[in-house]
Amino acid sequence: MKQFYLLGRNTIATISGIGRAVILLLSALAHVPNPKKGFPLLLNQLYAVGVLSLVIIIVSGTFIGMVLALQGYTILVGYGAEASLGPMVALSLIRELGPVIAALLFAGRAGSALTAEIGLMKATEQLSSLEMMAVDPLRRVIAPRFWAGMISLPLLTAMFSAVGILGAHLVGVDWLGVDGGTFWSVMQSQVDFEKDILNGIIKSIVFAFVITWIAVFKGYDCDPTSEGISKATTATVVQSSLWVLSLDFILTALMFTK
Amino acid sequence: MSEILVDIRNMTFKRDERVIYDDISLSIPKGKVTAIMGPSGIGKTTLLRLIGGQLKPESGNIFFDGKDIPRLSRNALFETRKRMSMLFQSGALFSDMSVYDNIAFPIREHTNLPENLIEKMVLMKLEAVGLRGARDLRPSELSGGMARRAALARSIALDPELILYDEPFAGQDPISMGVIVRLIRSLNDALGLTSVVVSHDVPEVMGIADYIYIIAEQKIIGQGTPEQIAEQTSPLVRQFVNGESDGPVPFHFKAAPYREELIRKTAFTNRKGG
Ligand SMILES: Nc1ncnc2c1ncn2[C@@H]1O[C@H](COP(=O)(O)OP(=O)(O)OP(=O)(O)O)[C@@H](O)[C@H]1O
Ligand SMILES: [Mg+2]
Repeated sequence: MKQFYLLGRNTIATISGIGRAVILLLSALAHVPNPKKGFPLLLNQLYAVGVLSLVIIIVSGTFIGMVLALQGYTILVGYGAEASLGPMVALSLIRELGPVIAALLFAGRAGSALTAEIGLMKATEQLSSLEMMAVDPLRRVIAPRFWAGMISLPLLTAMFSAVGILGAHLVGVDWLGVDGGTFWSVMQSQVDFEKDILNGIIKSIVFAFVITWIAVFKGYDCDPTSEGISKATTATVVQSSLWVLSLDFILTALMFTK
Repeated sequence: MSEILVDIRNMTFKRDERVIYDDISLSIPKGKVTAIMGPSGIGKTTLLRLIGGQLKPESGNIFFDGKDIPRLSRNALFETRKRMSMLFQSGALFSDMSVYDNIAFPIREHTNLPENLIEKMVLMKLEAVGLRGARDLRPSELSGGMARRAALARSIALDPELILYDEPFAGQDPISMGVIVRLIRSLNDALGLTSVVVSHDVPEVMGIADYIYIIAEQKIIGQGTPEQIAEQTSPLVRQFVNGESDGPVPFHFKAAPYREELIRKTAFTNRKGG
């Protein structure tokens, strides 16, 4: 009996949570930042969400590219195929590792910060006082953060893949001695814009949407206590990571299988 | 009696199963200072939030200038809120802005005034609460009392028709207390605002209010002008005004009898120990 009660209660809680999240999303989407007052807010958030994530994205991207080149080289050289190092690295980064790892790092760096910030604004009644000042917190607080996330992650992903390829060049060409001309030219001929680059961009946009949505919702919906905020922050990182990984599988299946 | 700005009719409000207000009615006259007094945790902050439309009552009406707040659409509610403002018990300053920007915030949001005019308005409000020197500080760099005064300056920034003050005197030294009392009074009289002051500070409230409501046990237990309150013989009101812990108003949050609980605890520990 107790189990049924708990099952029912949790189901209702989950469904009503999804409902609240959808309402929040629709309200935030309805408020595309208006040029005069919204634009400075958006810029601020682009800085907080995007620019401040640059360091971790660039450093990780470089190392991932370097490791890929090192691993790829030791495998490929056995078949005398080290000329394919360029496309191997580029395709792994652009199709998979770029969007996925950048998204996971973004969830940890920017998503958690968004949740904690919004949660703390709620706990200190800043959101309530906005409401009482007839300023809609969805427009003023949620919308700019949401759009900043949507814009930042695809750009960060592009940077991640780009520095990854440079890192691979550093290891493959400058260190292990693969021919530089071959590295670039084979990569150019093998990477297809629509099939590879466009699909990678689509992935990163989907991930940006999911992570930012989860992050702002968890902050806005948290218990306004220190415990509630810490739970919400953890939930943001865990849930968005799981969503990213599972959506990546689905998207890959849709995009790259014939 | 003069015109009524806020009229609460037969309002009942519950938090989960707990009744906070049971069918109360009260009215707040225009252009006057109305005080709401009552023990801690009785629902004074809740009442202000109900007036501001942040909470919805179980039943009953809350009219603001003829509009029934709980039944307004979201847009209409936000329009109506432009005519009121609230000083939060916690201050609720925006922690990512300086004191100056906090006070300029409502002006910038709701008007298109040029920045030099906004600066004059903000400095005027800061001067009124004695914080002109703190304009560039962050809210985290203010003391509790200073933060509350900055929040007070923000809530009067746009000279709204109705100001809801939640404990404006808490944490103030006698000097700033006097300043705030005079400020609320003079804003009210000079600009013809309507003020609702929630407070426990009996002498200050007696000095400032035109009309007083005392709330306890989900009801209004006493009301009247300060003179009438001072002369009321109801033991409930006497106890509150004189601050006696023993009397008809319970000082304790609803709980099982103390003796019973102590005995139960002891029995339980004994059993565990033995
Ligand atoms: N978010 C909430 N969820 C559940 N119950 C709440 C919540 N906020 C307040 N309450 C309950 O509602 C009652 C009224 O709270 P309220 O804050 O209005 O009291 P108050 O009269 O303003 O007290 P104080 O003078 O101490 O500020 C309290 O007993 C409290 O337990
Ligand atoms: Mg209170």
